[in-house]
Amino acid sequence: MLKVSGLEVYHGWVQALRGISFSITEGEMVAVLGANGAGKSTLLGALAGLHRPKNGDITLNGQSLSGRAPEYIVRQGVSLVPERREIFSSMTVYDNLLLGAYHRYRSSKDEVIMDIKKIFDLFPALVGREAHTAGTLSGGLQQMLAIGRGLMARPRLLLLDEPSIGLAPLVAREIMSTLSALKKTGVTIILVEQNTAAALKVADRALIMERGQIVLSGGTDEMMGNERVQQAYLGRARMAQPAVVL
Amino acid sequence: MDKNIVFRAAAIIIFLVLPLLVKSNYLLGILIIIGLYTIIVIGLGILMGYAGQVSFGHAAFFGLGAYSVAVLSTAYRWPTFAALLAAVVVPGLLAALIGRPTLKLKELYLVLATLAFGILVHIFFNEAREITGGPSGLTGIPYLSLGGLVFDRDIKFYYLVWSTVLLISLGVNNLIHSRVGRALRAIRESEHAAETSGIDTASLKLQAFVFSAVLAGLAGGLYAYYVTFISPSPFGFHTSVLFVLMAVVGGLGTFWGPLLGTGLVVALGEILRWAVPLAIPGAGGEYQIIFFGVILVVIMIVKPEGLGSIIKFSKKSVEKGVR
Repeated sequence: MLKVSGLEVYHGWVQALRGISFSITEGEMVAVLGANGAGKSTLLGALAGLHRPKNGDITLNGQSLSGRAPEYIVRQGVSLVPERREIFSSMTVYDNLLLGAYHRYRSSKDEVIMDIKKIFDLFPALVGREAHTAGTLSGGLQQMLAIGRGLMARPRLLLLDEPSIGLAPLVAREIMSTLSALKKTGVTIILVEQNTAAALKVADRALIMERGQIVLSGGTDEMMGNERVQQAYLGRARMAQPAVVL
Repeated sequence: MDKNIVFRAAAIIIFLVLPLLVKSNYLLGILIIIGLYTIIVIGLGILMGYAGQVSFGHAAFFGLGAYSVAVLSTAYRWPTFAALLAAVVVPGLLAALIGRPTLKLKELYLVLATLAFGILVHIFFNEAREITGGPSGLTGIPYLSLGGLVFDRDIKFYYLVWSTVLLISLGVNNLIHSRVGRALRAIRESEHAAETSGIDTASLKLQAFVFSAVLAGLAGGLYAYYVTFISPSPFGFHTSVLFVLMAVVGGLGTFWGPLLGTGLVVALGEILRWAVPLAIPGAGGEYQIIFFGVILVVIMIVKPEGLGSIIKFSKKSVEKGVR
């Protein structure tokens, strides 16, 4: 479904991604793990069209997305839920959801209204808050709204950037279980997450990034058992041994 | 009854009755100028309050509209409708041309670019003597005439200008609660998130810029027909700053903001011009500017979100139904 080959992205003079290559099949959930500054968010930004690659190619079902504008990429079925949610905080919950379907609202208004109902089915905690200003919601509800807004685009590929960041453990667990439910509906998901243990529980595969490169990839069971992953990301490091050099 | 409807109905009644109560042509003239500036500030409000862009060059679009009418109606004898059309098309095209590279700039750089544009156009008005008449300006602009109705008296012009303000206000109010309006508000909140929601932010910002230039051009065209003589002085940097001031004092993103901001700034300027010499005999224009500044600073401290927020009522698209 998604194929990334030799992707290189620069922030000014600094190279953020160094020849990233991987592919994802339909319906998979892939976790992208790594320390701060490893290039995870840049990778999602490049897939969503926010960062223009210097080299390499991104194809979705054979169609190249490299260097295309974000709105084009959304129309092709790729939706990004940004880090720290970035909801439209002075607007209502309802308007936030409508904006998620901006590109298809004019042509299929009835479908959009139906999809909003589905979002409320998926996140019952948002029911009754349609007219609330999004900025007044709790962090967990804002995250649900951000994911809901992303889903309103009817994505074939959903990109989630640290959905559990800053949330209470209970709320983070609820978000993760929603992602599991989403996966069962057939949406392909790339999940960038600092909470490695939680991400490995819900994902099918994982990619470990360091300094803009993929240094390890494999099934989640395999990752759980990997000593390097355990030491660096799952908090099972032995005091005497240094973790992976980051 | 909805407070919004009551306020709007009251405003329409005041609009209809006011010129009958005002016996002085001077006061009627000020009301017409407030109406013309309100048209510009409505456009600027869309650009600043919704698309999140700041322009210090809108006096140039105002001037381009005015000079389009002045040149075409005097030198080429164009009829009113055609000249007014040119007054909106010329600034609109120029805005589209300069907007594409300019709107890629952020914050202060965008301010500087629009400021430079405004200064360049002002220099053009002064120096292109064969077209614009230079500093002496252009005289002999005919009265505005539509379908046999000649707007040769202030009271007629008052109704024309304020009907235009009313129509534009209602149109803009509809626009901001539509899909495009939501997208513009989204850009103001987070351009990054708006892009990831599939909004073509560059195109929408350009459209907002062109729209605001078109409104400024329309106001300029009407202004030329009203005063029947124009020179470069009302279209300089100072006027651009006043427009931004009116938009901010009125409150960005509010229905009443453009009207209240423009009304206050214009009225305050006139009142101070009369009151300051009475309070301080022999005081020059600099004293007026000081008082003007102090009063505006106090207003911004007391009501930082602008005067329009005083009568801003909650609008929920869920309750109203989506458009």
